[in-house]
Amino acid sequence: MNEWLYVGLFFIVGLIIPVGAIGVAWILGPKKSNPIKLTTYECGIETVGDSWVQFKAQYYIFALVFLVFDVETVFLFPWAVRLGQLGLFAVIEGIVFVAILIAGLIYTWRKGMLEWA
Amino acid sequence: MNFWNDPLKIAADWLTGILTGWGMPAVAAGILVAFLGTLLLISLLMVMDIFLVWLERKVVSRFQDRIGPNRVGPFGLIQPFADIIKLLIKEDTTPEGADRVVYNIAPMLSMMSVLILWAIVPLAPVILGVDLNVGLLYIIAAGAIGTLAIIMAGWSSNNKFATIGAFRQVAVMVSFEIPMVAMLLIPTIFAKTMGMNGIIQAQNIPYFILSPLGALIFLVAAIAELGRAPFDLSEGESELVSGFNIEYSGMKFGMFYAGELLHALTFGGFLAILFFGGYRFFGLEKVSPFLAIVIFLAKAMVGYWVIMWVRYTMMRIRIDHMLAFNWKFLTPLSFVLLMVTALMNALLAGTSVWVYSIGMFLSNVLIAWIALEIVRAYSRNEREKVEAPKVAAEAHH
Repeated sequence: MNEWLYVGLFFIVGLIIPVGAIGVAWILGPKKSNPIKLTTYECGIETVGDSWVQFKAQYYIFALVFLVFDVETVFLFPWAVRLGQLGLFAVIEGIVFVAILIAGLIYTWRKGMLEWA
Repeated sequence: MNFWNDPLKIAADWLTGILTGWGMPAVAAGILVAFLGTLLLISLLMVMDIFLVWLERKVVSRFQDRIGPNRVGPFGLIQPFADIIKLLIKEDTTPEGADRVVYNIAPMLSMMSVLILWAIVPLAPVILGVDLNVGLLYIIAAGAIGTLAIIMAGWSSNNKFATIGAFRQVAVMVSFEIPMVAMLLIPTIFAKTMGMNGIIQAQNIPYFILSPLGALIFLVAAIAELGRAPFDLSEGESELVSGFNIEYSGMKFGMFYAGELLHALTFGGFLAILFFGGYRFFGLEKVSPFLAIVIFLAKAMVGYWVIMWVRYTMMRIRIDHMLAFNWKFLTPLSFVLLMVTALMNALLAGTSVWVYSIGMFLSNVLIAWIALEIVRAYSRNEREKVEAPKVAAEAHH
């Protein structure tokens, strides 16, 4: 049988179990809602201002740095699998590849983008 | 071949035989049997998850010099069942102003992202869901679904604490994924495969001997990825109350909680598979697949225990410290380690196992020592910057 079909089955069963548990809880639980119960929790006081707060631009910078690294490391997996057959030349090429990445990290660092200001 | 050597295949063949005997097409029977197998594995995982709640509570109480649950049943073993009944009969509330669809999907996705990881976990040489040849990439992909679930939960709750908690959690997960992915490459280089079973089969010498630093970085990154202390900024009780899951109650909260515990055990299992030989233990795994399962679970539990030990011993660290620790220390270190491992692997190719292992081990120790020296020199420098004016002032008097 195709192995990805099996992975697909895991996705389905993995969803059925929590859906079932939450469904049973929804059937068994009481349904006596009132406006006070449904208010947003904020340590007992009324919510101050908008709940969807603005986020720091810094998160965005970290996400961008992450994106570069994550995409590049995925390229390194085939390299790592075939490293034994490819010999020293491929290793040097891999090191150059990572050195370019690290240069990007150092650039970000020197620009002060890794500081949580 | 009898049942005790290859239970999964015998049982599957037997069931398929019965189903096709009833006139069911072979393809449909195969899918149905695989579905039942998946259901069995996931059900067993959920049952284990229930006992993980008990285990976690017992262990934390020991760390905090308490006894923990001990009233319901022997050693409090029935306590988690009482908890489940309580969770089931709680009212299911959705706060006003929440994005209803996203809010309700998030806990399910959170649980699913953990359960699907077990599709590729080899419990024994012959007992495994599927031996994907891209197993390690699958782990990363499944982890991304967990991150998605958390940001969905935090954003849709219409709560400031939840939103901030989700931002922080995503920043942690996204940052520490880099060293983790880099450390996944090290067993790949040693084993020349990304399949989980292949990695275990190739570990005649457990990889924590070849790459102790790699195992350590993987553990740290895994703890951060799990969002556990000292990296549990997403639910810092003293500032965010409960973080991304603050508005959840009843079974939906239970899903986040159970998912977190199972996730920790799963990463204990991955640590065992990638660096400690998985189900292998001095040839004992060849005796019986059931013994192999016991060995694997024991190793996973040890990993889980270490994660708990760190959790209940360390203090939560601030987000800027955490991000600086990752981007300025762990990421450069893990890439240097990766490159040195690749280089040593090429240079030591063709030498005996002993030379190879000792060379790898020593290169790891050397990198760890240099990294610590750099950090030490930097902190000494920083300290002197603070202390120098004080000393000068005292000398002046």
